[in-house]
Amino acid sequence: MKCDASFVFSDAMLGYHFNADHPFNQKRVVLAKELLAAANTLDESQIIAPKKATEDELALFHDRAYIQAIKKAGEGLLQDDGGLEYGIGTEDTPIFQNMHDASSYLVGGTLTAVDAVLSGKVSHALNLGGGLHHGFKRRAAGFCIYNDAAVAIKYIREKYNLKVLYVDTDAHHGDGVQWAFYEDPNVCTLSIHETGRYLFPGTGNINERGIKDGHGYAFNLPIDAFTEDDSFLQVYEAAFKEIAEYFQPDIIITQNGADAHCYDPLTHLCATMAIYEKIPALAHELSHTYCNGKWIALGGGGYDSWRVVPRAWAQIWNVMTTGKHKLGDIPEDWLSKWQMESPVSLPATWQDDKNIVPTIPRKKDITEKNYKVLQSALKYTKHRHT
Amino acid sequence: MLVEEIMNPDVITLTPDATIAEALTVLHENRIRHIPIVDDQLHVIGIVSDRDVRDASPSILQKDSAEKVLQNELKSIMSHPVVTVHPLDFVEEVASIFYDEEFACVPVVRDYKLVGMVTEKDMLYTLIHLTGTNVQSSHIEVKVPHKPGILPEVASVFGKRKTNITSVLVYPFKNDPNYKILVFRIQTMNPMPVINDLRECGYELMWPNNMTGPKS
Repeated sequence: MKCDASFVFSDAMLGYHFNADHPFNQKRVVLAKELLAAANTLDESQIIAPKKATEDELALFHDRAYIQAIKKAGEGLLQDDGGLEYGIGTEDTPIFQNMHDASSYLVGGTLTAVDAVLSGKVSHALNLGGGLHHGFKRRAAGFCIYNDAAVAIKYIREKYNLKVLYVDTDAHHGDGVQWAFYEDPNVCTLSIHETGRYLFPGTGNINERGIKDGHGYAFNLPIDAFTEDDSFLQVYEAAFKEIAEYFQPDIIITQNGADAHCYDPLTHLCATMAIYEKIPALAHELSHTYCNGKWIALGGGGYDSWRVVPRAWAQIWNVMTTGKHKLGDIPEDWLSKWQMESPVSLPATWQDDKNIVPTIPRKKDITEKNYKVLQSALKYTKHRHT
Repeated sequence: MLVEEIMNPDVITLTPDATIAEALTVLHENRIRHIPIVDDQLHVIGIVSDRDVRDASPSILQKDSAEKVLQNELKSIMSHPVVTVHPLDFVEEVASIFYDEEFACVPVVRDYKLVGMVTEKDMLYTLIHLTGTNVQSSHIEVKVPHKPGILPEVASVFGKRKTNITSVLVYPFKNDPNYKILVFRIQTMNPMPVINDLRECGYELMWPNNMTGPKS
């Protein structure tokens, strides 16, 4: 299905930069955008510039004292250890110049995406600079300063009063967004991620189901290290379909971290590009089934910036606008422009060769265990929507 | 950690002349599994568990005799004497009592008077906090020689990277007394620099971060 969609981008989003050695690099957004342009699937007319989120908008989720600390830090006015209380000044989220402004543009980008969709201008919108799902109310964590998804969901709740389904396919648990709406029955969160047994942030167990009125509206699929495509897709597709039917959302927001790939250096999942074709395809389908097409997609993690993230993120846009993912060769223009700069050999095709995945001796056990996780996570949905 | 920090000070009690029927109601309404039996001085003279009550209750098939049985006094079924602990005892001592005696609950007594209760569930909650799994963190296990000064040596690697440690545990290494496993939970999403530092210092890391580097 061909749909109208907006692509949020401007150079203002590139100011979110910790340092040259940091794994979180906004260059990924540029690489994805240029890949789309080279493939003739992104037209200038579809690009909209992010607004800068105001302090009042940030305060829909974040503490005012925290916002002030981030502002001060970005101006070099915070004392040496003054940031630790707020989770900044660490190796994960170091202080950088103008960090408040840079982070505000990422949140603003997601709000711009929300307004584009909810004003009826387009059905879908994509903000690859967003998806900073580890940000807490008054603490930065896991490369995330302001949590754009949490701010945007609060904004949707207050301004439009819609029921929001948030689906997080980053290999790390979407903890910041989950805890933000843990008591809210109008916001349902689903996160599929590598089990927190070893991996940051350690949370995201099946038994985290929400509390008080929000009980039954948080879903977690903690899958095993070394999970491969088939098992990932089996549990993701089953869970997303069943939860969408149970919750009946008005709008879907997806966080599209691309770090479950076998090349990713920070996680232990073993997927290929196959999952990054199916992930947006299902979100697209379900947004039309339940939400009259209202779907906002965000970026997120993904630390193989050259081989994995540009293709994975470009496929979201391909699916959004044409209903299909791209096949065949990567445009030559893009390869020749970036190969010189890339420390690794760039992939020549949109799809991966299955042989890039190492042999996983316990594949059968892992698949079986993940299926049990799925059954357990969905234990209560059937009873509730009758 | 001391017992007084984890005990529940709001204890529901009954007297020895209360009936089994009353105990059934108290257990059910408060969703608890143990009732300390006290005298008018708050001295603990017995304890009744949900199992004691169940064992003493008539079968649902014997309707006629039920009412009479349920009117028996608790002193006829309570366990005594009762093992108690003091608020200044260590939490781990309570864990040993639970394990050795196969209890799931102990009353806390100060100056001969009941001041609180500690249950198995309180102990598990404490264990969750001790392991640090309730806060955002990555998990790293390091195999080290069992020798003095090794813990600060390894911990300094995290310090140099400004990585906050949220919890530390020291385990025995299988059956080899010459080694220990140090388990750190650290507040970072990118443990790779620390892992590389630890490797460069010659430490052995445990699964799954023992992979030699990026998966490619």
